[in-house]
Amino acid sequence: MATTDKVGAVMVVGGGISGLQSALDLADSGYKVYLVEKNASIGGTMAQLDKTFPTNDCAMCIMAPKLVAAGRHHNIQLITNADIAIVDGQAGNFTVTVRQRAFRVDPTKCTGCGSCAQKCPIEAVDEYNEGTKIRKAIYVAYPQAVPLIYSIDPEKCIGCGICAEECKAKAVDYDQKEKVLEIKVGSIIVSPGFDEFNARLKPEYGYGVYPNVVTSIEFERMLSATGPYFGTVLRPSDGDIPEKIAFIQCVGSRDEHCGNEYCSSVCCMYSIKEAIIAKEHGGNIKPSIFFMDMRAFGKEFDEYYNRAKNEHGIRFVRSRAAAVVENPKTKNMMIKYVENGEPKEEEFGLVVLAVGLTPPADAENLSRVMKFRLNDDGFCQTGAFSPVETSRPGIFVSGAFSSPKDIPMTVAEASGAAAKAGTEITTSRNTLVTKKVYPKEIDVAGKEPRVGVFICHCGINIGGVVNVPEVMEYAKTLPNVVYAEQNLYTCSADAQEKIKEKVKEHDLNRVVVASCTPRTHEPLFQNTIREAGLNAYLFEMANIRDQCSWIHMHEPKAATKKAKALVRMALAKSRLLEPLENLMIDVNQDALVIGGGVSGMVSALELAKQGIKVHLVEREKELGGNLRKLHYLPSGDDPDEYLKKVDQEIRANKNITLHLGTTVKTIDGYVGNFKTQLTDGSEMEHGVVVVAVGGREYKPEGEYLYGKNANVMTLLEFKGKMKKGEVKGDSYVFIQCVGSREDKFPNCSRVCCTGTMTAANKIKDKDPNAKVYVLYRDIRTYGFREKYYKEAAQKGVTFIRFDDEKKPVVEDKGGKIEVRLIDEDTGKEVVLRPDCLVLASGTRPEEGSEELAPMLKVPLTKEGFFLEAHMKLRPIDFATEGVYLAGIAHSPKFVDESIAQALGAVARAMTILSKTTLEAEGIVASVDEQYCDGCGICVPTCEYKALEIIDNKDIKDKKIVDVNVGLCKGCGACVGACPAGALTQKGFRDEQILAMIDAALEEPKKQEVKQ
Amino acid sequence: MTEKHHTAHHQTHAHEKKHEGEWEPKIIGFLCNWCSYAGADLCGVSRYQYPTNIRPVRVMCSTRISPHLVLDIFKAGADGILLGGCHIGDCHYISGNYYTEKRVNLMKKLLKESGIAPERLRLEWVSASEGEKFSKVVTEFTETVKALGPNKVKKDERLMSRVAAADMASETFRLKALVGKELNLVGKGNVYDNKLDPEEIEKIITEATSDEFERSLILELSRTKARSVKELGEIMEVPTDKVLRHIVLLRQNSLIAMEHPEGFTPTYKTIEIGGEQ
Repeated sequence: MATTDKVGAVMVVGGGISGLQSALDLADSGYKVYLVEKNASIGGTMAQLDKTFPTNDCAMCIMAPKLVAAGRHHNIQLITNADIAIVDGQAGNFTVTVRQRAFRVDPTKCTGCGSCAQKCPIEAVDEYNEGTKIRKAIYVAYPQAVPLIYSIDPEKCIGCGICAEECKAKAVDYDQKEKVLEIKVGSIIVSPGFDEFNARLKPEYGYGVYPNVVTSIEFERMLSATGPYFGTVLRPSDGDIPEKIAFIQCVGSRDEHCGNEYCSSVCCMYSIKEAIIAKEHGGNIKPSIFFMDMRAFGKEFDEYYNRAKNEHGIRFVRSRAAAVVENPKTKNMMIKYVENGEPKEEEFGLVVLAVGLTPPADAENLSRVMKFRLNDDGFCQTGAFSPVETSRPGIFVSGAFSSPKDIPMTVAEASGAAAKAGTEITTSRNTLVTKKVYPKEIDVAGKEPRVGVFICHCGINIGGVVNVPEVMEYAKTLPNVVYAEQNLYTCSADAQEKIKEKVKEHDLNRVVVASCTPRTHEPLFQNTIREAGLNAYLFEMANIRDQCSWIHMHEPKAATKKAKALVRMALAKSRLLEPLENLMIDVNQDALVIGGGVSGMVSALELAKQGIKVHLVEREKELGGNLRKLHYLPSGDDPDEYLKKVDQEIRANKNITLHLGTTVKTIDGYVGNFKTQLTDGSEMEHGVVVVAVGGREYKPEGEYLYGKNANVMTLLEFKGKMKKGEVKGDSYVFIQCVGSREDKFPNCSRVCCTGTMTAANKIKDKDPNAKVYVLYRDIRTYGFREKYYKEAAQKGVTFIRFDDEKKPVVEDKGGKIEVRLIDEDTGKEVVLRPDCLVLASGTRPEEGSEELAPMLKVPLTKEGFFLEAHMKLRPIDFATEGVYLAGIAHSPKFVDESIAQALGAVARAMTILSKTTLEAEGIVASVDEQYCDGCGICVPTCEYKALEIIDNKDIKDKKIVDVNVGLCKGCGACVGACPAGALTQKGFRDEQILAMIDAALEEPKKQEVKQ
Repeated sequence: MTEKHHTAHHQTHAHEKKHEGEWEPKIIGFLCNWCSYAGADLCGVSRYQYPTNIRPVRVMCSTRISPHLVLDIFKAGADGILLGGCHIGDCHYISGNYYTEKRVNLMKKLLKESGIAPERLRLEWVSASEGEKFSKVVTEFTETVKALGPNKVKKDERLMSRVAAADMASETFRLKALVGKELNLVGKGNVYDNKLDPEEIEKIITEATSDEFERSLILELSRTKARSVKELGEIMEVPTDKVLRHIVLLRQNSLIAMEHPEGFTPTYKTIEIGGEQ
């Protein structure tokens, strides 16, 4: 197909964390993105969460930067409040009809100040807070929403007209009509997320009847500082702090009665998190979690689970709660359950139902309109080797829409879908994106500062408290201020024109805006002054709204005084501002992929398909890694056949250079400019590195007679024998968690439970009379894998649970294996004499990881897996830019998950490789060579590995620190560490900070004299 | 809520009867300059007699009387208020009395919420030519108020706080906006050119009045003493889950603050420098 036939744009349907990640990856690698969201603002479910496991990060704090980035990315067009109506065409060239419902507010005029909602007399249920709070008929979902545009709820509005009267920006437009947009795109990604299970369908738990039974997502809002109770957990019935809270797991999951047989994958972990946070918020709260199997299968999840038990004192009760009944007098909840065969009852102050994930309400409609298939459970259908592809070519999927999953897997998949969407239209990259052109910069060197000050009323948000005219007059009296004015909204489009005009008219060489927060608005104003010919860094902001008028609403005089001080401080700094240069770094557009297992192969092949020259390095003489040892997948798909196919494709692809039987010897350089030497002597230059070194199955060190009795083997060894038809006998015992969830390796190896089901089912298929026993601690067949567990149970596989502290004892009785254990559920001893004992052995990091990590300047976990930049939102990145992570090297995972992450690494890598140059940060550290004596104290403080001690070129035998501006992120950690005062941070120099301090402190005297 | 109020009201009633005979009600009459005041004058000219209890106050139009004035007057101890205006369609100021009607509707809702019999407030249209009607109305109204007994607001702390809350609620932007717009929304249509169903807006206002009253009462009750949700629920005779929902909103608007609880029952205290209200 000719280049012109493919449209260099992608539509992403669904603006949750999944859609956001896809959109940002694509927009950063040369594609135009239309991000379509059904709600009025993007953010999805993650924006509702209080904290996230296992790091307990504040969800909004880590998500907001992505929201803001998507909101103002010049290659992303947000289309919110919109639905997909028609999809015509085929892969590479779709025409999508989108219906955008009316906001009844002009998005180009609304500044998000909120005056309208304050005055709106109509109250409605606040969906963002799950009905625990009230919003108005004109509203934004939440204060940090993107886009921050109010919209009118057509169901609730009575048309009184008050909002229009209140809106100083004249943004309310009652006549706004639905818009129908026709958009041409080359690929589509669907990521509409999930819905929560409707807890009313489980009437035995009393949700909707008893006020003190809440869902987990409601509880999430109850924990949040921005939620109804400001973070104190209260009972909805009477506002008391509940002393005892019960969490009931699997509500709407693993439950054929409600139609959802699958496991929702995330509830165990979020309940542990909610229990910990609840306890942190109120020390006297005693949480109990009622569960069947604790499914803490992800990276470092078991450690989190252990801490919950041992450090936080969370109580875990292994039982499915049967029913919940209210004590009408106390409103306490009585939970009925069975523990160790005995029926019990216990009273709690509050019950939290861990509701499962169901397909989104519009799943069927989406599938019909977009013509892709759903699976039996109503989620989007994907394949074992195509985890991000729908059944319709050119339409890709990511996130919980294809199966219930947690945020890190969602983010990895979102990048994976972005890679696939990009490959489809790679020939049209950079055809629809725009590049901003700015006028030549005015040289301000040596010129006396001429500052223009713009002070914002923000409707009445600032002006209603702070005396803005007074602040403006005051600003005029300050040194170097040649112009000052006040604006109704300094951020409005007309105000930007005004700022540019005034820069010209008064020959301004510094601009100060006193308005809201620089975190959201600085880039806007910086862009404006760049358009006026000034360097972006000649700008300073005073936050007189979020940190003045809004918090001193009842003290207008004191607030005005503070606003003056903030303006004076900003001015003091502005006088010392200097133009900073964003250095351009050349990018080598080749890639190095380390590891030739399924992850490395998929990454290499996808990069090659996007036109990238790839060096694929594999230690073994052949490709495949662990994929060669699997032989069976529970779904029935054939991994051997898949391996053969990919192997052939790789060998046929001219962009891939294979380096088999060799490993990496050295890697030097940084993003865009790496240089690598292999042990076979070959050398290469490349712009990025994908780490896909994998892991290996743990070989038991004498446990359970391994290595001593020929009939004791690991799971992979067993599957190998099965493939060759070497398995004999009619009784089998599988022992789970061998080398996992133990002292040295406290975490779960994720794949062994499902792998065991595959093997057990295979045995039963061949010989239905075979006796198969699985000895386990928790069965962790999460997601749709639950059905293989169920299948095994139906086929007659016997499951016996043993206690963590009471492992089975295996003895050799004259060549025959004897297994003894206590069945935890019955308390009775069981003796088994199998023909074959299979050890579901855990996963270990690959050998050589410890040598590779320091070469790449990246860290490892204490178990030895590679540690990503952020466990929740950056599962593929490292803090070191240009190095990416995929597959088991990150943590144990299934083939489909490895493929998704490997594709994700491609999308992340393409954000670099799609460019010939990279723009470095302007705010970076710099060294005064006069003072640096190369002591190196600064080096370990840098998370980004931007500092290096090198020989001082000018002075013999002396060392000096070198700042790699390509890697420096401008945090200033090194500046604070430097004992010689040799390091400074551009844009935050000592004298700039001290000038602000002087300005802050000078004020009292002068002001008091005046008043 | 309403039913319990009625009970409270009946008790008051019974109690008031003891004082009958020795007690004379104090009644304030607001009369519009163009009709009712003229009607009252005509009544005098014509020598129609009526009881002495009423103290007339002349206003240019009945619409001048804002809900908070009425509540203030009851707070000050008046036993009845008569509001006289021109007949519908005859207002000297074209539409003033339409608004009066809407506001009286709100006042009566608030009186009911607060525990003062809404019958203590009477709206009558008396034209300049209806001298006889004026005397009949005053006589009848005086009897009604007499039967109701004295307004005990000054002796009853609980009632006083409820009337104060009603007073506060009457001043909220939300109720003023809804009542102020009601007429046009029903009569002329809203911004979408739809005429609202009178029953629908009536329902919205009734709910809003009840909510705003309860919120004001929470603030009123928690002004001098921090109180728990359960305590408030008991005093207010409102279900505790509803009280908690009000508190969620009041905290959001920085009108009330949680005191740091020692046990498991947090208490709330009104923040003295109010926000919007």
